[in-house]
Amino acid sequence: MTETFTIRKYLRDLTLPFCAGCGCVTVMNCFLRAVHELGHNDLRKFVFCSGIGCSAWIPSPYFEADSIHTTHGRSIPVALGVKLMRPDLNVVVFGGDGDLAGIGLSHLVHAARRNVDIMVVMVNNMIYGMTGGQVAPTTPLGVRTTTTPYGSFDPPLDTVRLVATAGASYAARWTTMHFGQLKEAMKAAVTTSGFSFIEAVSPCPPAFGKKIGLKDAAGMLRLFKENSLSLEQADKMTKEELENKIVVGEYVRRKRPTFTERICETLKEAEKTAEEN
Amino acid sequence: MAKPLAGTYFWQGNEASAEGAIVAGCRFFAGYPITPASEILEHMAFRLPQNGGIVVQMEDEMAALGAVIGASWTGAKAMTATSGPGFSLMQELLGYAFMTETPCVVVDVQRAGPSTGQATKCGQGDVMQARWGIHGDHASIVLSPNSVQEMFELTIQAFNLAETYRTPVVLLADEIVAHMRERMTVPSLEQTTIAERKKPNSTEKQFFGLKQVAPMPSVGEGFNVAVTGSTHDEQGYRFTADPLVHRRLVRGLVEKIRSNTDRIVDFESYKTDDCDVGIVCFGCTSRAVYEAVELAEDKDVKVGFLRLKTIWPFPEKNVNSMAQTAHVVIVPEMNLGEILYEVDRAVQGAAKVVPLNKIGGGEMITPEELLAEIVGSVKAS
Repeated sequence: MTETFTIRKYLRDLTLPFCAGCGCVTVMNCFLRAVHELGHNDLRKFVFCSGIGCSAWIPSPYFEADSIHTTHGRSIPVALGVKLMRPDLNVVVFGGDGDLAGIGLSHLVHAARRNVDIMVVMVNNMIYGMTGGQVAPTTPLGVRTTTTPYGSFDPPLDTVRLVATAGASYAARWTTMHFGQLKEAMKAAVTTSGFSFIEAVSPCPPAFGKKIGLKDAAGMLRLFKENSLSLEQADKMTKEELENKIVVGEYVRRKRPTFTERICETLKEAEKTAEEN
Repeated sequence: MAKPLAGTYFWQGNEASAEGAIVAGCRFFAGYPITPASEILEHMAFRLPQNGGIVVQMEDEMAALGAVIGASWTGAKAMTATSGPGFSLMQELLGYAFMTETPCVVVDVQRAGPSTGQATKCGQGDVMQARWGIHGDHASIVLSPNSVQEMFELTIQAFNLAETYRTPVVLLADEIVAHMRERMTVPSLEQTTIAERKKPNSTEKQFFGLKQVAPMPSVGEGFNVAVTGSTHDEQGYRFTADPLVHRRLVRGLVEKIRSNTDRIVDFESYKTDDCDVGIVCFGCTSRAVYEAVELAEDKDVKVGFLRLKTIWPFPEKNVNSMAQTAHVVIVPEMNLGEILYEVDRAVQGAAKVVPLNKIGGGEMITPEELLAEIVGSVKAS
């Protein structure tokens, strides 16, 4: 018999720092509901790592749990260090698009390649929100940000496809509009062995909404709804038609040997050589 | 287990450092290949798994130190090794380790810089970077080995200091000391001091910035520890604007090292209380000093030296007291003058401070060059 869900039981008694309409709250809610539905009544079996940016504050220090709030972009290497020494713990990374797809991208790709047994949630608000709205590697073409006053001129990165291609066991993209699907994806990601990645496209009304003429979250969520397409739909469309669309769904779910499994194999080999010596 | 057995060995400096780490109880090593430090990663990759530890080659130096920090928070002793270019990249996480009081050991095998410089050639140009490379206010513990024996011993000492003071410790080696092979001794485990970090009892809630070194919980132990590189209070809660919390934390972290200077400082001294010429040296350069002193004594010049095993904190008092008897203090370094200015500051005008600098091609300062400087300075004074 599971207890009823109350978000408070997973949180410290602190005031949350997020702006009105911020998608981080939805992502937090989805994650904790997923954890609850998986039967965890507390976060004892979890360690959270995050970098710099608003979404890094989802776990740190608000979750009643161990959390390591690292420098910008370095949450994944720190999480890897934790996981290797404590493979029994669920290691979960929260970060933004700037943190994970910008400054920390190489760590993300390598963790996916190695299939490191950690879960990464990338809250993609398509902008550097905390620093006031600079262009991000995920900003759609043509958006006027504080650092692209005449419109952004480089195409955004399809992070979830990159991660899936690099070798992740699980990769999915949803928006915060897709509450149910996002929560189910969180459950899948927590229970996946190997590298799991979720991109949660998320509204940032003050730093991104304003730039595209949408001042509140409701408008942004409507935009997400109108622009979201399933992978199947997207398959039938041309590259031009897909510009500025959000392709949602499960990009990959597969079984692959994980990083810890492979390392454990080599450790056995090492023990043998130690005995021989 | 496969710890090195007590006995005499003919090891390379980098190997000795790796073996020292194993003796110190290192359980995790993450690195990125770089000349002239790669042998530490390679040797650890072979040896640490034989001792139940894990070694990973990461995608870059930030990732290497990041993984080390993550491992340290699980309670494991952890280490990385690099050289100048990688050491530059590591400054970000070195500052994080200092701010979050994460014990770890970073070996910097110095080569000739700046930038790629002369990758395979010795230099001693990272002395000030090791002290001030981190942005913001901080204190540093930096050790300097001058032999294969000390690559082994000071690696153990680096772990001991890191665990005792809950701070990153840099072993500032150089290419010559790291790549040479010489006879060295591994003492028995009973003769080796190994320090462990202070752990909290189950009711404790304050893990950061305490007057005494704060106890360090591990993740997964139920402490719900909140670690952050942002300014934080004793519980680890962020205070990104409060002036008092910032002052209390950062002053405390600096004071933690400063107030223990006398306990941390270590050096070798020779006739410092009765010399006309004093020398302050460290690392491979000190090998020439030993011979130069003998040559000078043959010429009846009274020479003393202080050989720094701890570069930072700097043994200010001892340098000053040597300058009370010496007329001249010579500072030989394989750079264009770094520790020189610290010596000058410590001497406070009590003696003339003379630099002897040499860079390029990994060429050491020779005993003859030192002797010429010694004899010349005696004549001049």
